Amino acid sequence: MSAGVFEMDSWLERLPITARDLLTGYLPDPWRWIAQSVIAIVVILGVFGTLFAFLTLAERKILGRIQNRPGPNRVGWAGILQPFADAIKMLTKEDIVPRTADPVLHYLAPVALVSFSLLSLAVIPYGRHLVPLDLDSGVLYFFAASASSELSVFMAGWAGRNKYALLAAMRALAQLISYELPLLLSVVPVVMIAGTLSPSGIVAAQSGWRIGIIPHWNIVTPWGFAGFAIFMVAALAEANRSPFDLPEAESELIAGHLTEYSGFKYALFFMAEYFAMIALSGMAVTLFLGGWQAPFEVLQFIPSYAWFAIKLLALLLGFIWIRATLPRLRIDQLMRLAWKFMVPLALINLVTVAFWHLSAGWATGAQPLRWALALALVAVPFVLIGRRLTSGLAPRIYRYAAP
Amino acid sequence: MIESPSSPLIESAGSRVRAVQDDFHGDLLEISMGPHHPSTHGVFRMIATLDGEAIVKLKPVFGYLHRNHEKLGENTTYLGSMPYTDRLDYLNSMTNNWAYALAVEKLIGQPVPERAEYVRVILAELTRLQNHTCLAGFLMQDCGCSGTPLMYAFREREKILDLFESLSGSRMMCNYQRFGGCRVDPPSEWLEAARRLTEGYGAFLDEYEALLTRNEILMARTQGVGRLGPELAVNSGITGPMLRATGVAYDIRKVDGYGIYPRFTFRVPLGAHGDTYDRYMIRILEARESISILRQALKDIPAGPIMDPKAKLRGLRPKPGEAYGRIEGPKGEIGFYLISDGSPNPYRYRIRPPSFVNLTLLEDLCLGHTVADAVVILGSIDIVLGEVDR
Amino acid sequence: MLGTGILKGLAVTARNLTGSFHDPARFTTTQYPEERTVLPDNYRNFPFLVSDDEKDPMGTLRCVACQICEKECPPQCIYIEKSKDKKPDANGKMQIYPAIFDIDISVCMSCQICVEVCPFEAIKMDHEFEIATSNRFNPLLLNREQLAKPNTYFHRIRPTEAAEVDARLDAERKAAEEKAAAAAAAAAAKASQAAAAAKAPPPAAPAKVPSPATLEAQAKPAAERPDSSAGGIKTQA
Repeated sequence: MSAGVFEMDSWLERLPITARDLLTGYLPDPWRWIAQSVIAIVVILGVFGTLFAFLTLAERKILGRIQNRPGPNRVGWAGILQPFADAIKMLTKEDIVPRTADPVLHYLAPVALVSFSLLSLAVIPYGRHLVPLDLDSGVLYFFAASASSELSVFMAGWAGRNKYALLAAMRALAQLISYELPLLLSVVPVVMIAGTLSPSGIVAAQSGWRIGIIPHWNIVTPWGFAGFAIFMVAALAEANRSPFDLPEAESELIAGHLTEYSGFKYALFFMAEYFAMIALSGMAVTLFLGGWQAPFEVLQFIPSYAWFAIKLLALLLGFIWIRATLPRLRIDQLMRLAWKFMVPLALINLVTVAFWHLSAGWATGAQPLRWALALALVAVPFVLIGRRLTSGLAPRIYRYAAP
Repeated sequence: MIESPSSPLIESAGSRVRAVQDDFHGDLLEISMGPHHPSTHGVFRMIATLDGEAIVKLKPVFGYLHRNHEKLGENTTYLGSMPYTDRLDYLNSMTNNWAYALAVEKLIGQPVPERAEYVRVILAELTRLQNHTCLAGFLMQDCGCSGTPLMYAFREREKILDLFESLSGSRMMCNYQRFGGCRVDPPSEWLEAARRLTEGYGAFLDEYEALLTRNEILMARTQGVGRLGPELAVNSGITGPMLRATGVAYDIRKVDGYGIYPRFTFRVPLGAHGDTYDRYMIRILEARESISILRQALKDIPAGPIMDPKAKLRGLRPKPGEAYGRIEGPKGEIGFYLISDGSPNPYRYRIRPPSFVNLTLLEDLCLGHTVADAVVILGSIDIVLGEVDR
Repeated sequence: MLGTGILKGLAVTARNLTGSFHDPARFTTTQYPEERTVLPDNYRNFPFLVSDDEKDPMGTLRCVACQICEKECPPQCIYIEKSKDKKPDANGKMQIYPAIFDIDISVCMSCQICVEVCPFEAIKMDHEFEIATSNRFNPLLLNREQLAKPNTYFHRIRPTEAAEVDARLDAERKAAEEKAAAAAAAAAAKASQAAAAAKAPPPAAPAKVPSPATLEAQAKPAAERPDSSAGGIKTQA
């Protein structure tokens, strides 16, 4: 395990904090802290707002390219102004509030949804010096904030005073709650190994390279790979993305919990979905992909925030790719997948990581055995439980009529 | 399929139905899906009565696209009805044309030259290819793939439609068959293009199957959904791939041997379970068989006249009588029943639409399933409202 | 194993994504209106009337108002009124022409039956499809002037078919001429016989109907009418 962590701290690396200190260095103490926090908030909102805007465009263009067509390319050069056109459209639509609806809840639901998704962005380390809020229990805070946003889904269904919207909202809520469990259970191994709930600490625990080209990210370990897979599937469900987007499906019972919303509030719901996607991807990068660390030792000259951005965009591309390919799961199949497949696998992953931790001290000759056992502990339950889950489903062989 | 333990279960249509006369449970929820709905394949309305999630009653309402086709047929000459048959099942105009031409040729005893028969088979199989491709795309769209399989299917279908356009002048409303042959003689470049398309289609079907056939989510959505038993299918008059998916070996190309189909070797795939997955897979397998028929037909097509020289184009006055001409269209048995009273217009002009007859079983297939399943089942029956409503 | 089908599907979509950048078979959109697909010759949209000379479209319409297309049109979207007078056609024969020839293209279904049944090659299918208007009534009722297009246009949009039609019309014209020449020779022979018989006591000779020969002589200057089609219709020698 190579020692030496924070080797290259170039001016490029320090550029954001240098800029921030330039702006606020002259202020006295309490004001300086306030000003720096405000700058951090504005930068996060700006960067992630823009990322959301261009993510919608990227999604449509990548989806288009996968479907052999160009995607939006009329507004601006290659369609680059499309998000702004969509924003203008959404802002100019009439905002309809049903007369029997509860006006406070009706207004509050999308606002709360977006706010909680944004709050969860505060603890992710975006670069070596770029953690907006360096909490010791950052991981706990993150999942608390993203879980609070589920309340807004129920608020949205309740506020419309529409029986069918309420039913659909309860179904959406059931989906979200069911997938919280695998999500959190897949994070526990990371915390166990890193020994800390702080995201910066977790990133630091994944530092270093073996022979300069194999990073110590959690994903290159068997339990880390399993945890990453479970985390990503649960993140798909948490963000209501395909193949778990039944609450938003057109062929669904009425229009789901968003029945009573129109105009900008409707757009806010989708904005919240994208922010949740971005936040969960950011946390996945932090927990499993080594955060802002470079993959190879020689590539450390590229600043840490650039590496974070590259990994984040790769995960978002994965989300879009999965959306383009897979059909939707029905609600009962979705729930069965969560409770009967992902929760058991996540629990078994805890056993795997415990074994991994306790066998860390084995001699070098026994390391392959350690790896083999860990891989077996991951793969065998996957195959067995998977077979049980898909029993009765199989490709079929067809016969032909006698001539 | 969602079942409740508290009421007696009845075996019916291969699926289980809970007794509807049930005082224990409270109000049943009645929802109306359509006619403006993205998943109902046209202007079609389903009034579903739900108990919780499961459908206990489903009433299809259609007629939104009724255009008086059969009455128009009584007021139009035999030739003039040919373009209207394009618009019946608007995806498969070539086979509609052929069924009608077959009926009139039976009525007047008109022979058809050999080259025309080969061209008819080629076009019918191309139509079958593009219809089954369409269905695969639409079914996947109903299952929730956001458009990708649909776009791939339509990309290939466009090539077939381009062939139709360069031959008959129109992609969908071909108006191509005539009584006694075909309207336009396909040139050799067209036949060459058809050959190239046939060779390339197998690769597309392979890629499509790699995308979908073993997809676990697709299997979970379609296997066991909308099961149909063979007795009920035969008793209800179901024809086409829906019937063969239940295991009944009835393909009019083999049974009637109309045209020159007995000259071609092809197999008829049969399903075993009769569920949505079987209906989907049978169509993919039939598409492969169509490719094989196309290869044989394109190899053996002879030179000769494309239209019987003694056939009359206009002023047709058949002797009084009746005739029923049917073919194996891509959706099932499409038949035309004509009664002539000696005048230029038919006395009675009746169409047997396969989609309409196949749709009568929608309620039986959907009982016990959820609304999401009902959409998928409707997609697998493969209806076109132009044919259902005429 | 669970997940292999999904992974295979992901591979197919990835192949399409990367292929869309370099393989035209995986990027099949025609970006209209900057790019346009080439329509095949056989493509048909709404009908048009063929006139032989573009300098005198109304005078050289091939249509003789026989009204067969009006009768055979399934949705009955053609309305024809015959003229009261006659005009000589390309063969020199006096024909009526359509005083009114209206097609309602909001009703026309482009079935091409009018083209098939026309015995005079007068109505053909056009290629124009970018003809949307904002008023659904008057602009969609095309009259004779709007429908008439010259034979050169026909050659441009459907060269093969136009060449065939021209060949057929030429053959007809030649056959008509030969028949007229033969009839003229026969009539001349008969006239010389009659002249010889006129030396005898003249019978009550009925008023002579102008023989076809004289009609031909009258029509000859008309045959010098310029046929300005690029396809080269042979003028009368």
